[in-house]
Amino acid sequence: MAVEHVILNSNEISRALTRIAHEVLERNKGAKDIVLVGIRTGGVYLAQRLSRRIEKIEGDAPPVGVLDITLYRDDLDTRSATPALETTDIPFDMTDRRVVLVDDVLYTGRTIRAALDSLIDLGRPKEIQLAVLIDRGHRELPIRADYVGKNLPTAFDEKVLVLLEEAGEEDRVILKRAVRDA
Amino acid sequence: MTLKRKDILSIADLEREEMDLILHTAESFKEVSMRDIKKVPALRGKTVINLFFEPSTRTRTSFELAAKRLSADVINISAGASSTTKHETLLDTSKNIQALQSDYIVVRHHSSGAAHFLASALHCSVINAGDGTHEHPSQGLLDLLTIKEKRGDFKGLKVVIVGDILHSRVANSDIHGLLKYGADVHLVGPPTLIPRGIEKWGVTVHYHLDEALASADVIILLRLQLERQGKSFFPTIREYSKLYGLNRRRLSLADPKCLVMHPGPINRGIEVTSEVADGLSSVILEQVTNGLAVRMALFFLLSGGSRE
Repeated sequence: MAVEHVILNSNEISRALTRIAHEVLERNKGAKDIVLVGIRTGGVYLAQRLSRRIEKIEGDAPPVGVLDITLYRDDLDTRSATPALETTDIPFDMTDRRVVLVDDVLYTGRTIRAALDSLIDLGRPKEIQLAVLIDRGHRELPIRADYVGKNLPTAFDEKVLVLLEEAGEEDRVILKRAVRDA
Repeated sequence: MTLKRKDILSIADLEREEMDLILHTAESFKEVSMRDIKKVPALRGKTVINLFFEPSTRTRTSFELAAKRLSADVINISAGASSTTKHETLLDTSKNIQALQSDYIVVRHHSSGAAHFLASALHCSVINAGDGTHEHPSQGLLDLLTIKEKRGDFKGLKVVIVGDILHSRVANSDIHGLLKYGADVHLVGPPTLIPRGIEKWGVTVHYHLDEALASADVIILLRLQLERQGKSFFPTIREYSKLYGLNRRRLSLADPKCLVMHPGPINRGIEVTSEVADGLSSVILEQVTNGLAVRMALFFLLSGGSRE
């Protein structure tokens, strides 16, 4: 048995992304030099949406890259199965640009650690910032996000699912809690 | 989907889904070799031993580079420089290698079945890099990847394999792989170099190259394995080249978009004229590039996961 709560609906996701787009522009004083890199798979859709929002506000759409962190994971030896590898596609030079790394959920921070190592092997950005839709806490590494859609305190046994239209779902964020039978 | 196996020994025992996974993973790995820093940490701390009892440049280098790009440590052992010259057996040599805590042994051996033999005796992963006249699975997979990239689909594709089918482990791996993907496989060569009864596998056999090439989509040329033949299977190399060598006139019989492939090393002027080998239809060097990606995929997919 599991109980589900809708944490963000479609409008709330949309508002959170609009706010993050403004925050990115404010902090970086415009869209110049900004590139977005989405972490597969959810982060890629969010990065594409952020790019379109920034274009609406500033007129220029920052380029979007796709990052697969599989080869940089720290649990390749301990997982029960080899994770699927997809292509990393960053069709621009990141050197001396400000990279906004985008992911759907920030949790232990291990994915972001892997993404940072991977980005630094791919180029030398001037700065890397982190944007996430949900920060659910329970960090295991000293990592924090620069832009957060929603802070969501969670328990270990809960699951946070970010469902997006691009993946064939209705836009929403769900918190799943396992309920034990008495 | 993961590879639930310890070893890669032949294409014959791979499931279609496993081949899909290997090819898809290899496509993703191609991007790594386009980077400035062509190295990822996925196999950090793993050890790969290349154990080659037969000469090889392409395959050994490709396996070595694939392992190094995944951050594994690689040792190359070739027969001439190893204790096999002091009559150590294959099993003893490899058990000693395993005792050094190696994770993978890539083996090439002149006896068919050598890789299977090692795989059943060792805990570490064994990858067959060619055993006698049996199979050369990584070559088969890179050929499939090259065709898939260029043509998209195998269904109904007319693939003509030319030459020494009898001694070729590449042909054996290619035939198994192509048939699993539903290609229309044609073999052509001198009757002495075509195994009797191979039609039962579902392939078409020809003895005349011109007839076989009609509207072919892919031509895979095989190297004449002169070192493996021992006795003569055809009168002279000159005659072989006249009857079974690919030249511009013969290529024009095939489909205009036909791909020309060769596992290398090429005997220029025997299996193929330089004009064709270096021509626009040739994807021989793409095969080499894809080979690296396929071998990275094999190491990576064998690296993790619980095994049944």
